[in-house]
Amino acid sequence: MSLLSPNRYRGKLIVVEGIDGSGKSTQLSLLSHWLRAKGYAVAFSEWNSSPLVKETTRRGKRKEMFRPTTFSLIHATDFADRSERYITPLLKAGAVVCADRYAYTAFARDVARGVSKRWVRNLYSFATRPNLSFYFRVPLDVAIGRILRGRAALKYYEAGMDLRLSRDVEESFRIFQGNIVDEYESMASEVGFHVIDATLTIEQQQMQMRKIVIEELGAGLENGLLRYSPSETHAFEKPSAVL
Amino acid sequence: MHLKNPLQFYSEPLPGVDESELQGKLYVIEGPDAVGRTTQVGKLRQWLEQEGHAVLDTGMARGTLAGKGIQQAKAGNTLGPLTMTLYYTTDFADRLENEIIPALRAGFIVLTDRYVFSIMARAIARGEDRRWIEQILGFGLVPHAVYYLRADVKHLVSRVVLGRGAFDYWESGMDMRFGNNMYDGFVQYQTRVIRALDVMAKKYDFVTIDASRSPDLIFRDLQNHITSPGLQRAPEFPSANGANGSRRPRKH
Repeated sequence: MSLLSPNRYRGKLIVVEGIDGSGKSTQLSLLSHWLRAKGYAVAFSEWNSSPLVKETTRRGKRKEMFRPTTFSLIHATDFADRSERYITPLLKAGAVVCADRYAYTAFARDVARGVSKRWVRNLYSFATRPNLSFYFRVPLDVAIGRILRGRAALKYYEAGMDLRLSRDVEESFRIFQGNIVDEYESMASEVGFHVIDATLTIEQQQMQMRKIVIEELGAGLENGLLRYSPSETHAFEKPSAVL
Repeated sequence: MHLKNPLQFYSEPLPGVDESELQGKLYVIEGPDAVGRTTQVGKLRQWLEQEGHAVLDTGMARGTLAGKGIQQAKAGNTLGPLTMTLYYTTDFADRLENEIIPALRAGFIVLTDRYVFSIMARAIARGEDRRWIEQILGFGLVPHAVYYLRADVKHLVSRVVLGRGAFDYWESGMDMRFGNNMYDGFVQYQTRVIRALDVMAKKYDFVTIDASRSPDLIFRDLQNHITSPGLQRAPEFPSANGANGSRRPRKH
């Protein structure tokens, strides 16, 4: 099955995937800064951030109102808003769009909740295919450790508590996120993920990412992308916006 | 898709739902904006309850999960066609799982003001891919009947102008600027919606009802269609002269 719609626009789309605690957000942030420093117009979009939808999602999660299908659909609605109003126009204008999580998050999570693989792939078929997709592979223990060090507790839906996998939140998290990892791994070759070992140092991972960006996009980074000429780089205080 | 039986999923089972547990009846009232669906659903509900049936009535953007979000999104000026379609689909999925299915399990009659068909028609009118939205909405349940209140655009215009007295931004498809004023927009947009519903009427075996007549005539038609051997009639009080319910609609 050919996933997503080919990117026929001037801009480039780079996405990072992986379970929470995989360090993907840190790496994407570093990559964005690097590209901006090189003078490219870089836009950033993260999961669950549409102003039209995120309140509904937040409330639904807080009141535990979601079922697998509605969970999937509300995230697709959020994604659709970011796609049609932000990602697509910026790609057309020649920006580099960096997305923290993309359709593959839905393919992994929603299927781990029991939603049909074929159905969710059709749902996201309007999405532009990324030029580069990075998957951050991390052992579950490492991921859990990072999450628990970072904040107080594991959250209900994040731990898959709605699936009644276990009464214990941490055990439920392990099982659920383990199932998500299985989904990511099984789609890796079909999607063409560049797999990054998330147990390497931050610097090592970032070097790998930059190398891949240069190798894979190399020539493409010259043609059609919006780029500041040296005289322009000081003219703008904030080259790009965050949705 | 339409070869399935009532209360089966069109093409995509909802995880964890056992179709065999569903016993009530599902009736859908479809049609474009301003055609008088809400009036008819209200009359049907009252009548069916008098007949002794438990009735659930439900409609678009009324779900507890996404209803408010949809209203707020529509109040602004940034709701795109893809997002609108998926927001309504989310709302429908929420109502289906949390209201409609539990009611059907309990043996209720469910009357729905619009269904997957309006979501599809609005999406198609906005240029979205028919097969894409059809596949997504495959988690819908096949209804026992779809009553399509059909009227042409001229008739709808007169209902809007003589009734409400003003055109509505979204009913005029102004997000897509089908015209540069709300009258032209309404005509263009609703023509597209009606065309899409007409195509579905054949594919999904709608019962098409001429909605250009008086509400009473439309209601009588609906009553005649719904009253069938499958619908249990409530016991009657004998009337003064011994005959039973002389004003009741006839069975087929």
